[in-house]
Amino acid sequence: MRNVFLFIRRHFNFLFFLVLQIIALSFLFRYNKFHEAAFLNVSTEVTGRFYEKYNNVEYYFQLKKTNESLVQENLRLRQQLVENFEAPDSNKRLFRDTIRVDSIRKWMVLEAKVVNNTISLPANYLTIHRGFRQGVRQNLGVTGPQGIVGSVINVSENFAIVMSVLHPYFRVEAKLKKGGENGTIFWDGISPSFISMRGIPRSANVVVGDTVATSQITSLFPANLLVGTVAEIVPDNTSNFYNLKIRLATNFSNIEYAYVLDNLQKDEQKRLEDSTRKKVQ
Amino acid sequence: MSELLKNIIRFFLFILVQVFILSHMPPLHRFVTPYLYYLYILWLPFGLSRMAITFIGFIFGLTLDYFLKTPGLHAAACTLIAYVRPFVIGMLISQEGADKNYIAPSIVSMGWAPYGTYVLVLTVLHHSYLVLLEWMTFGSFVYFVGKVVASTAVSLLLVLLTEVLFFRKQKFRTNTI
Repeated sequence: MRNVFLFIRRHFNFLFFLVLQIIALSFLFRYNKFHEAAFLNVSTEVTGRFYEKYNNVEYYFQLKKTNESLVQENLRLRQQLVENFEAPDSNKRLFRDTIRVDSIRKWMVLEAKVVNNTISLPANYLTIHRGFRQGVRQNLGVTGPQGIVGSVINVSENFAIVMSVLHPYFRVEAKLKKGGENGTIFWDGISPSFISMRGIPRSANVVVGDTVATSQITSLFPANLLVGTVAEIVPDNTSNFYNLKIRLATNFSNIEYAYVLDNLQKDEQKRLEDSTRKKVQ
Repeated sequence: MSELLKNIIRFFLFILVQVFILSHMPPLHRFVTPYLYYLYILWLPFGLSRMAITFIGFIFGLTLDYFLKTPGLHAAACTLIAYVRPFVIGMLISQEGADKNYIAPSIVSMGWAPYGTYVLVLTVLHHSYLVLLEWMTFGSFVYFVGKVVASTAVSLLLVLLTEVLFFRKQKFRTNTI
């Protein structure tokens, strides 16, 4: 016993170093543990305040670009207004109302100011100034004025952390808008303006410049939200699929505002799917 | 200004510079991540005990982790270089006894060549360990080597600029007091 104490005393520095390494590495490799153990919720609130102060200044330098992208978005939405279209027959007018009276609401949209964003790290996150007090919860989709941005992974009172599309763990189902073929998009870590898409069969008719939009099978985003355009087509010779290189619609270097998308029917859908799985087993 | 206060201010300055300036730089290449924050650990005074330095390294790295949302990554790398630091210093200035006559490692206290070696060794160690941990989650060997080399080069350039711009005057203290 005495020798044990002597050993600990003699190598105290090294043991202390080992303990700290183990703590740090356990944070790293058990990511969920970090959320509970290291008070990430509290720290999100604190670091969020810092980011907000910094963004108050930095925002002024981006005003022109922000305004331009919001005008572009307004233009896109105005193009879809019912007033722009005339019914082909004058005595049989069909109005496609944007908010139908008898419809069930599926998506709620919250606007959020982006107070921090990185694009040059190997795994990128955004901080937005909306938290659970304003109705943000985990696993909600986030889109920008131009295209999709990411998904919420952590929420504090007034801030939320969004896993950017530019993160190696981000996966979402997308489709080619023309043919409707579904595939998965993910970031390969090479450039912040391109992502990869897998799972598009060779039978698909795809050319450079085709639009890629979110698929209807993801519960994170509404269908047909813009992701980007096809920039390069690489046939994968070992399988029957294409590897597509997609130019992102969202310009991550000057994103100032984002919209949090809350799928109100997600829980119901998930419950049904889970109970079905139980029944089959 | 007391040495303690100076180091506390430096702590926050290095974190803020790393988080708000260097992390927001437009990406040059995926291999290049400009790191400067670990210079704080290199600048800590000689007089601290090994346990204190290791602990400060851990806390410093963890603070950056909270900002960059990388759980434990920088904490692990900072703890490593903080632990290794006394050995490297011991090897480089064993003859001159500068650690008694000066407060902290610098060009003045250690001389150009030993201080350069000191920075180089700890930079390479920090970056290798950091990228190795990244490599375990994703990436390849080429990514590992390329990123260590490119980031080390950029970091050394930043360290050189910092040393020249914020030249630290150090008084010679005799050890008779």
